[in-house]
Amino acid sequence: MNSDSNPILALALTFAVMSLFAVGGASSAIPEMHRVAVDVRHWMSDRQFADVYAISQLSPGPNVLIVTLIGYSVAGVAGALVATLAMCVPTAVFALYVSRFLARSSHARWPAVIQAALVPLSIGLMSASGFVLAWTSDRTVAAVLVTASAAVLASLTRLNPGWMLLAGGGLGFAGLIG
Amino acid sequence: MPPDSPPAAVPAPDLSKSPPPSLIALFVAFAKMSLAGFGGVLVWARRGIVDQHRWMTAEESNETFALCHFLPGPNIVNLTFVFGSRFRGLLGGIAAFAGLVGPPAVIVTVLAALYQRYGEIDALRRILAGVSCAAIGLLFATVFRMMWPLIKRRDLVGLVIMIAIFVTIGLLRLPLPAVLVAAIPLSIAITFAMQRKGEA
Repeated sequence: MNSDSNPILALALTFAVMSLFAVGGASSAIPEMHRVAVDVRHWMSDRQFADVYAISQLSPGPNVLIVTLIGYSVAGVAGALVATLAMCVPTAVFALYVSRFLARSSHARWPAVIQAALVPLSIGLMSASGFVLAWTSDRTVAAVLVTASAAVLASLTRLNPGWMLLAGGGLGFAGLIG
Repeated sequence: MPPDSPPAAVPAPDLSKSPPPSLIALFVAFAKMSLAGFGGVLVWARRGIVDQHRWMTAEESNETFALCHFLPGPNIVNLTFVFGSRFRGLLGGIAAFAGLVGPPAVIVTVLAALYQRYGEIDALRRILAGVSCAAIGLLFATVFRMMWPLIKRRDLVGLVIMIAIFVTIGLLRLPLPAVLVAAIPLSIAITFAMQRKGEA
């Protein structure tokens, strides 16, 4: 049994490994999710990946649920379950051990240095996420304009982000994005 | 639910803490935060844990938030697990995790089933395309917000590392593990050296 013939095993391996490198959270791993799901494993098309991202943003709950959607599209409910657990459990257990270790030790300097070192990495990863997603879904001038206005509005105002998703959906429905 | 933004400083309203919650209370509280957490669960988690339930003081939660921010994996999931197990051991962690992820995962799975069935309908396709354009804009806004402190304090090293990651992952599309195995030690070494230099 190898991960090429068994999709459940492939999902488990893919997301368990990916979670260990998701510095800064699930949004940081989006380029890697796209690379594996679209380019390497051919689980979905560019367009489906963009749709899955949109659905994950429309749903309540943590960002990590995008892997639930990828898992479902590969292997149904079992795939959704396995992908979600594989992405969550290993790092959660790791976090628990680290927090217990830090509570007992006084190496207070190291976490601060590591944190300072990882911040630029996670910002770089998240900007790559934005770029990869924009590359797959912003195919028209109108689409780029919608993305740019949402970015500006969210940066400069305290408008609830839900309104911008709604406005984007409305513009799309009206056929203005193409 | 745009990417979790770093927690904002919230003044402690009261220093008194409540008794530790039961397993069911943990499950229900995290399920509520998660389902309300449209627009970033992290903010809601903080409100729930510190302000509403008073299971932790603002300081204790700051430490845990910071820890879960630099550990790998989905931050809010790590945080939930660590919080839950602080109160009720491993079972507490599992209860809180099940509350955070279970209910929204069911919702998302139903949406995925609907998408698989109706995803080819033209109107739905157009709506999703529009939503994803806007959602990407929100992601960029989060990136700018995180990047701003680096720009403001002219952190050249940080900015160079950031750009190097953007180029290797975003433009060259290299595998994430390969890039990070090289980048993490390098970044820690540089940061450590810079701090030593700053102290000297």
